[in-house]
Amino acid sequence: MNILKSFQRRTPLGWLQLRHDRGRLLVALAGIAFADVLMFMQLGFQNALYDSNTRVDRAMLADIILVSPKALNLQNLSTFSRRRLLQARDIPGVQTADALYINNITWKNPQTRLTATVQILGFAPERPAFKLPEVNQQLDKIKLPNVVLFDRGARGKYAEAIAQVEQGKPVTTEVERKTLTIGGLFSLGASFGADASLMASDQTFLRLFPRREAASISLGLIRLKSGANPQQVAAALKSHLPGDVRVLTAQEFVQFEENYWKTASPVGFIFGLGTTMAFVVWVVIVYQVLSTDVNAHIKEYATFKAMGYNNGYLLGVVFEEAVILAVLGFIPGVSLPIVLYQFAAKATALPIFMTLSRVVLVLMLTLLMCMMSGAIATRKLQSADPADMF
Amino acid sequence: MNQIALTENSQATKTTTVIEVQNLDHYFGHASLRKQVLFDISLSINAGEIIIMTGPSGSGKTTLLTLAGGLRSAQSGSLKILGQELCGASANQLTQARRQHGYIFQAHNLHSSLTALQNVRMGLELHSDLSVAEMHERSQLMLEEVGLGDRLHYYPDDLSGGQKQRVAIARALVSAPKIVLADEPTAALDKKSGRDVVELMQTLAKEQGCTILMVTHDNRILDIADRIVYMEDGRLADEQINRL
Repeated sequence: MNILKSFQRRTPLGWLQLRHDRGRLLVALAGIAFADVLMFMQLGFQNALYDSNTRVDRAMLADIILVSPKALNLQNLSTFSRRRLLQARDIPGVQTADALYINNITWKNPQTRLTATVQILGFAPERPAFKLPEVNQQLDKIKLPNVVLFDRGARGKYAEAIAQVEQGKPVTTEVERKTLTIGGLFSLGASFGADASLMASDQTFLRLFPRREAASISLGLIRLKSGANPQQVAAALKSHLPGDVRVLTAQEFVQFEENYWKTASPVGFIFGLGTTMAFVVWVVIVYQVLSTDVNAHIKEYATFKAMGYNNGYLLGVVFEEAVILAVLGFIPGVSLPIVLYQFAAKATALPIFMTLSRVVLVLMLTLLMCMMSGAIATRKLQSADPADMF
Repeated sequence: MNQIALTENSQATKTTTVIEVQNLDHYFGHASLRKQVLFDISLSINAGEIIIMTGPSGSGKTTLLTLAGGLRSAQSGSLKILGQELCGASANQLTQARRQHGYIFQAHNLHSSLTALQNVRMGLELHSDLSVAEMHERSQLMLEEVGLGDRLHYYPDDLSGGQKQRVAIARALVSAPKIVLADEPTAALDKKSGRDVVELMQTLAKEQGCTILMVTHDNRILDIADRIVYMEDGRLADEQINRL
């Protein structure tokens, strides 16, 4: 009550100071906005790395996933014996256990006739293997030999081919001297590991890789009966199956993939470092803006101190400025990245987009950083006698 | 009415001492660079007096003034302002002491982002439980008294040197302090505006019954003093009685 009353009586000095010198205000806001943009871009790119590389993993229609212990990531899965699937079906709670074959393949871009590397996913089309309605509606198409579904979100020059498929005209291309027909489309998007994905039946897949045996599978997709606890079933599978296969819940599998990109891949390291650098640059910019402002007003603050205003009052003025700068700078600081995200997403076919949690995170950090910078910048003012500051 | 009451009040307190300095020493710097700037200063100033402190530059006048104003921490000796000892006072006590007086700086030291009225209001905001409207009114009255009633919403950059110094005086006096400390208030002004400013201070101080301690080099304004104190090389010379 008292605080509110004294707040009303108070001259809004921070705001008046900022408003008085428009030029300096603009420079300060530009600095803070730039720092915010930098932070948003790095966070956006880093998140896109993890999001795009786990898209296929997250789309899998499975509660528990079997994977070879030698697997590194989706592009390097190694194989294990299909017999493990049959063994898994013995465990109570398991409803189905299906094989998924995954491999990278070099094909000719149907539009440019240039070679490109894509990821091909093969599964028995009798049952859906992915949580992608578009794929599940077109299972009949891939039952035909050498017919595949193609990813609309692929990175590269595929627009004409995609348009042709959308008009109902199948597009053909060449893989390993075999003709492949694109019978339909689905939407998933590119990743750092693969430019595009193809969905095929297990039979088509095996025809493309003659040296690969049907009994060597990439992943085992296990679905549970309703009401079964994934953790319990996974534990039972672990004790039942031999050590040449790893049992992961769907969530653990996504984490496994993400972890590879975070720790083992050079891209993850570079993005991690980039984000750290952006954070450091951001802290330096915000501190510079606030301390320049405090120094510009130090004589005026000394006068107030000489008049009997205490350090708390001056700190309040600096905090007021810090909050105004943080909030005003944040407006362009968040708007610009939204535009840049769209631009980058279009250019890379990666899932780069703004999330509410990131907006809140960066806003909170900006406020905190501005206030801390302001507090540090006023330290000199707090300890000195006003007479020494004129 | 108000004015009369104030005058009576000042007469009643005429004999009380408001500034009492005894054996005050002061040093600048640390260790080998330590240099004594004030030597054994003793001075007492009664309520309602106008004291001018003069002397060559570097003689320690401003140092003594800033010590009296609590703008610098006193080191040894005794320095009592309105009965409160400032020697060895805590930072908080010094802040409280600074609220007891109005300080007029050599440069006006107005806040460039605030209008004349807002600047004067800053002198009031600390002191009273006045409402926003009352603060506004009193600041406006004060500015009218210093002859700037038509410049209320001007920023300092748009005022002349003399006008700025008059705003600074209004800021120092608006809370009706018992003591006004002024550090060469006419230094940056021409003869005419300097004279105007000092006379204004004199008039207002007499109205409010406050004590003025002024440091100056300016010989043209010595006549307004009740007493002139001469300072040289950090020591007070014999006091001259000017008027009274």
